Amino acid sequence: MRRRWLVTVAITMTSVLGLTACGGGGGTPTDKASGGGGDAKKQVEVFSWWTGPGEADGLKAMRAIFERENPNLTFFDAAVAGGSGDKAKAVLQSKLQAKTPPDSFQGHAGAELQGYIKAGDLEPLNSLYDELKLRDVFPAQLVEQISTGGQIYSVPVNIHRSNVLWFNPAVLKEAGVAGAPKTIEEFIAALGKVKAKGKIPLSIGSEWTVTHLMESVLLGSLGTDAYNGLFKPGANWADPAVTKALDSFKTIMSFAGDPQDDWQPAAQQVANGEAAFNIMGDWAYGYFHNPPEGGLGKQSKTDFDWAPSPGTEGTFLWLSDSFTLPKGAKNRDGAVAWLKVAASKEGQDAFNPKKGSIPARKDADTSLYTDYLADSLKDWGGDKLAGSIQHGVSVNQPWLASINEAVGLFLGTKDVAALQTALADAAKANTQ
Amino acid sequence: MRRVRAWLPGLLLVAPSIVAIGVFVYGMLGWNLRLAMTDQHDELSEGTFVGLDNFVGIWDQPRWHLSVQHAVLFTVVFVLGALVLGWLLAFLMEKGIRGEGTFRAIYLFPMAISFVATGIVWRWLMNSGQDERAVGLNRLFDVIGLPQWEWFRNPDWGMAAMAIPAIWQMSGYVMALFLAGFRGVPEELREAARVDGCTEWGVYRHIVLPLLRPVTLTALIILGHISLKVFDLIVAVSGKQIITDVPAVFMWVAVFDSHDPAKGATIASYIVLSVAVFVIPYLIWSVRRERRR
Repeated sequence: MRRRWLVTVAITMTSVLGLTACGGGGGTPTDKASGGGGDAKKQVEVFSWWTGPGEADGLKAMRAIFERENPNLTFFDAAVAGGSGDKAKAVLQSKLQAKTPPDSFQGHAGAELQGYIKAGDLEPLNSLYDELKLRDVFPAQLVEQISTGGQIYSVPVNIHRSNVLWFNPAVLKEAGVAGAPKTIEEFIAALGKVKAKGKIPLSIGSEWTVTHLMESVLLGSLGTDAYNGLFKPGANWADPAVTKALDSFKTIMSFAGDPQDDWQPAAQQVANGEAAFNIMGDWAYGYFHNPPEGGLGKQSKTDFDWAPSPGTEGTFLWLSDSFTLPKGAKNRDGAVAWLKVAASKEGQDAFNPKKGSIPARKDADTSLYTDYLADSLKDWGGDKLAGSIQHGVSVNQPWLASINEAVGLFLGTKDVAALQTALADAAKANTQ
Repeated sequence: MRRVRAWLPGLLLVAPSIVAIGVFVYGMLGWNLRLAMTDQHDELSEGTFVGLDNFVGIWDQPRWHLSVQHAVLFTVVFVLGALVLGWLLAFLMEKGIRGEGTFRAIYLFPMAISFVATGIVWRWLMNSGQDERAVGLNRLFDVIGLPQWEWFRNPDWGMAAMAIPAIWQMSGYVMALFLAGFRGVPEELREAARVDGCTEWGVYRHIVLPLLRPVTLTALIILGHISLKVFDLIVAVSGKQIITDVPAVFMWVAVFDSHDPAKGATIASYIVLSVAVFVIPYLIWSVRRERRR
């Protein structure tokens, strides 16, 4: 009898122990990694979503500079795969809620960081900006657009342009379109001409690429100042000018081909001469241009060409990847050392040619940037700036989710009035 | 003391799992329901009790209507499709074909694949490109002269197409269930029916099928609850697009993109409720049946 008791108790205890072991086993892998290093080198955990070709190479180049300048620190690459950081942001969210932030994490500069700022997850970097005199090397309008209440919370590493019209010169010629359309009206006329030839006038990808298209149409139709005004408190999204822009958007969408799985197949349709136009950010350049492992190996200016999206010449609809300093970072000094590399001319000039973007700094070595990137660098120096919607500059994450929802529903209903109401409601809910 | 000796060891043995399920299943369910009844619409605010406001308010959102319609269409097509196809496969198998074991394994294999892998393959198979742009199934249909489809990109019937990979994956499992059921029907009953002049079809219609009601019900419950919770397949095929939105995807967007915990918890509660509608009557029915025995 006693033995049976003993067995029972033993089994119970082991199962309880087993359970708690399971609970504890899920601990962070970083603990192990940092513990293994011993006392000699301290580790800096940098969280990003740069795992694809080009971007991962750029990160590696910056990492090499960081490790050379900081021999006492090791770089721990905590990257989570997935385009535009969808999955990475979900992982980051749980890390922040568990109060185990990485030492520095990637985020789109601008309003996307507002959620983290409000939650008190980030330290302001004004002192770092003063120390490195960053206000002098970044464009003033950029610094203004990433400041919240006079504070700056991130260091922009690169700049991408959202308002780029990619087109196939041969298809345009065949359709009798003289060159890249300069206005929304010209664009619609050109789309009509291409359609008459039986080609796809405008290629699109999954739903987010349509939001991406919409921001270019809004900017092209409203003009830079009115566009930037849409994101200020009390902005009027119910304005007739917005209605006109959205009507144009609807007309343009009526020329769109079958939605592709993502932006790459949509860009490929232009490269292969199946489609005439595609509006996508300038990361598409690398995809068009790079040799076949990571791209399509096409010749710029002959197989594909580019222009600012219709009606937006002279404005740079920008977005930027930036790094932050989370509160409670385990290795704060290491994180600051990383931010210094990310902000430096050397760091940005190592990273950007590989990633296919341009540096946020005005003093970059122009000889490193050729072809499309040379154009982009020139425009970045002289153009007016407007912040991207889809890529987190102008709107915060909840606002963007509402906009994406409105655009997704619009694709089913084609109802401009409902789209405008939903956009106005989203603005009202998020600008207070 | 003797009484205690009778039940205590048993209780101790199951106690760990009771505690674990209590905390990690029912505790979490309760916590989720409490969250759904607050107005915590961002991660920072504390949230006050608002009763069923969120549960009522969500019906004002066009996206919710869309995702519920999608879930219903998906469930009907998937459950019926898998049941019919599974039954047919089992029926053929039962007729004593050669190499039954091989076929059984072939039909069961898809079950060993995760929905994500299935989704990625079928995303290509169900590509909506047509004619010279056709790939996957449309390409095959083009070559053999069948009509080509928009598949899951059709705004009205897209979710029916989305059910095809799910049917492909689960019908083998339903077949296994039915096959076991068929084998459990005593040969004497069939003989008797045949002697009474019943056709072979009649034997299945009037003898085997009624005896298989418990199996059918089990299959229905299993397929139904998978279908109402479906997330991985949808995300693998089309991502988080509105055109294939279902409650589970909407919930993910609400929590991680909109940063609205209360909304996410509300949708989660509705998913649990819809599954409960399937499962609870089944539990009651099976408990009653156990008692009768």
